[in-house]
Amino acid sequence: MNRINNKLKKGKKLLSIYFTAGYPNLNDTVRIIEELEESGVDMIEIGLPFSDPLADGPTIQDSSTHALRNGMTTKVLFNQLQDIRKTVSIPLIIMGYFNPVLQYGVEEFCKKCNEIGIDGLILPDLPVDVYDEHYKAIFEAYGLINVLLITPQTSDERIRYIDSVSKGFIYMVSSASTTGTQSGFGEEQTKYFKRIGDMNLKNPQIVGFGISSSETFNQATQFAKGAIIGSAFIKHLSEGKNSIRDFINTIR
Amino acid sequence: MSYNINEKGYYGEFGGAYIPEMLYPNVEELRKNYLKVMQEPEFQKEFNQLLKDYVGRPSPLYYAKRHSKKYNTKVYLKREDLNHTGAHKVNNTIGQILMAKRLGKTRIIAETGAGQHGVATATVCALMGLECIVYMGEIDIARQAPNVARMKMLGAKVVPALSGSRTLKDATNEAIRDWINNPVNTHYIIGSAIGPHPYPDMVTRFQSIISEEIKWQLNEKEGRENPDYVVACIGGGSNAAGSYYHFLDNEDVGIIAVEAAGKGIHSGESAATSVLGKEGIIHGCKTLLMQTEDGQITEPYSISAGLDYPGVGPMHSHLYKTGRGEFYSATDDEAMTAGLELAQLEGIIPAIETSHALAIFNHKTFKPDDIVVISLSGRGDKDLKNYIDYFKL
Repeated sequence: MNRINNKLKKGKKLLSIYFTAGYPNLNDTVRIIEELEESGVDMIEIGLPFSDPLADGPTIQDSSTHALRNGMTTKVLFNQLQDIRKTVSIPLIIMGYFNPVLQYGVEEFCKKCNEIGIDGLILPDLPVDVYDEHYKAIFEAYGLINVLLITPQTSDERIRYIDSVSKGFIYMVSSASTTGTQSGFGEEQTKYFKRIGDMNLKNPQIVGFGISSSETFNQATQFAKGAIIGSAFIKHLSEGKNSIRDFINTIR
Repeated sequence: MSYNINEKGYYGEFGGAYIPEMLYPNVEELRKNYLKVMQEPEFQKEFNQLLKDYVGRPSPLYYAKRHSKKYNTKVYLKREDLNHTGAHKVNNTIGQILMAKRLGKTRIIAETGAGQHGVATATVCALMGLECIVYMGEIDIARQAPNVARMKMLGAKVVPALSGSRTLKDATNEAIRDWINNPVNTHYIIGSAIGPHPYPDMVTRFQSIISEEIKWQLNEKEGRENPDYVVACIGGGSNAAGSYYHFLDNEDVGIIAVEAAGKGIHSGESAATSVLGKEGIIHGCKTLLMQTEDGQITEPYSISAGLDYPGVGPMHSHLYKTGRGEFYSATDDEAMTAGLELAQLEGIIPAIETSHALAIFNHKTFKPDDIVVISLSGRGDKDLKNYIDYFKL
């Protein structure tokens, strides 16, 4: 069974961390993944940097630009991750935009992920209907979970459709925003988290966008299975002083 | 074969809506409503009235006598340069602002490269009393100061795009991010025939007034509706899409596109997407775009800021791929020379974008009785500084 599904079965609330591969330095990828696992993180999203990241705010954009300048490419990332399963056992997800995957070849990309031991993909600009019609069979043939997004504006009908196509968890975007733009959650978010919780979807939900502290982590996981931290972790890395463990310890 | 959009939003294999879920409600609302709204008699009445009284349409179809003589063929110029705000861009912004109002939107955002679309958007926002935010690359803001001033005079807020290469594609990214952050009250007026479905089709339909007029105007002058060729420059391709629209399925009419070759197609400084591009996803649609082997979008170059875009609209990718359109590219030098020639033969100073279309005569010889309609998409006032620097005027 896929490591993501195994992890989702555990009773605890999950902490997932996003970082941009190749940032701050090209060859930091494996070190960051290993330290995140040692720090007790449950799941990792490895960001494959893209030149035009539409859904991302300034922090992740800048880290992507840096990573590309450092020489990060799809091939380089796959090379770096070649032996990752010798040392790391938590679920690993690659998060990126669709064009680099398309250029690598969707099937080739999935095949490579399977060889390395990647468990899932998050491609925000690959819409659910296109995935369902053209790529679902390929993803599933290589044992990859495609994680789809919902937002506060997503209709119930569409959430049901996304739930029916999903096989792991649903990425619940906390608010109508790009990454890293929110500071704290208000009543509106709590209502939204609860509304989705009450829909009794077959896939658990993990909240992303706007999680930066233990407070927001706890708020988000009150109704959801887990939460994802991205921009706040990238900021921590960019400051370069404290260890990864110190950051994770501030969250829980 | 059809060269128009299908019910799923594709031109052949190009188009679609490759957007993050955050944008889905906005784009879906538009997709469900755009055709219905455009067909409403009240909408059509208001749109046509504004095109007539405010934009100054119909734009003349002018027989360029001296130009025709020089190239030994019959050249007609479709004078979009005479529109209010100086280019074809306003046809689309008038249409989209009326669309936005009918969808109950109160806030308008736009991207702009050279500033022409930004000015056309700021203009219609002033006309309708709507809030207007224009995203523009920091580098373009510096090199297009007069248009920045125009937008400000018209009451728009110009926000610099500071990410990536700080030009048009980054301004587009910023506008899309704004839309993600403001999903309910905001309409995004895309200026070219690009973006997620329904944008390419909606923009094309608003611009199709160009070919609609060409048909009856040519009939008046030549007793025939169809020219032998329609020529237009292509960046994203909105003036081209509008100029071709009513001729797409009539294969007697040759469709000619002229892209910007910059300093030469293979110089590394070019925007000739049909030659240098490969199928991929940019700004929400599948189309030909300039990118690295790794799928990172690259920065194009052209002396003309309006053609300085790494992709082309999906309709044009389809016209290229199927061979329905003949694609050429003109270098900076060819375009500048063609622009100067038009000024001196016909007394018309064209926009540098348009000058690329005029450079077609370097690449193709027409027969003496061919009727060649060239879309004169914009006027050259905004480019005076470029012309001065180039020709040491």
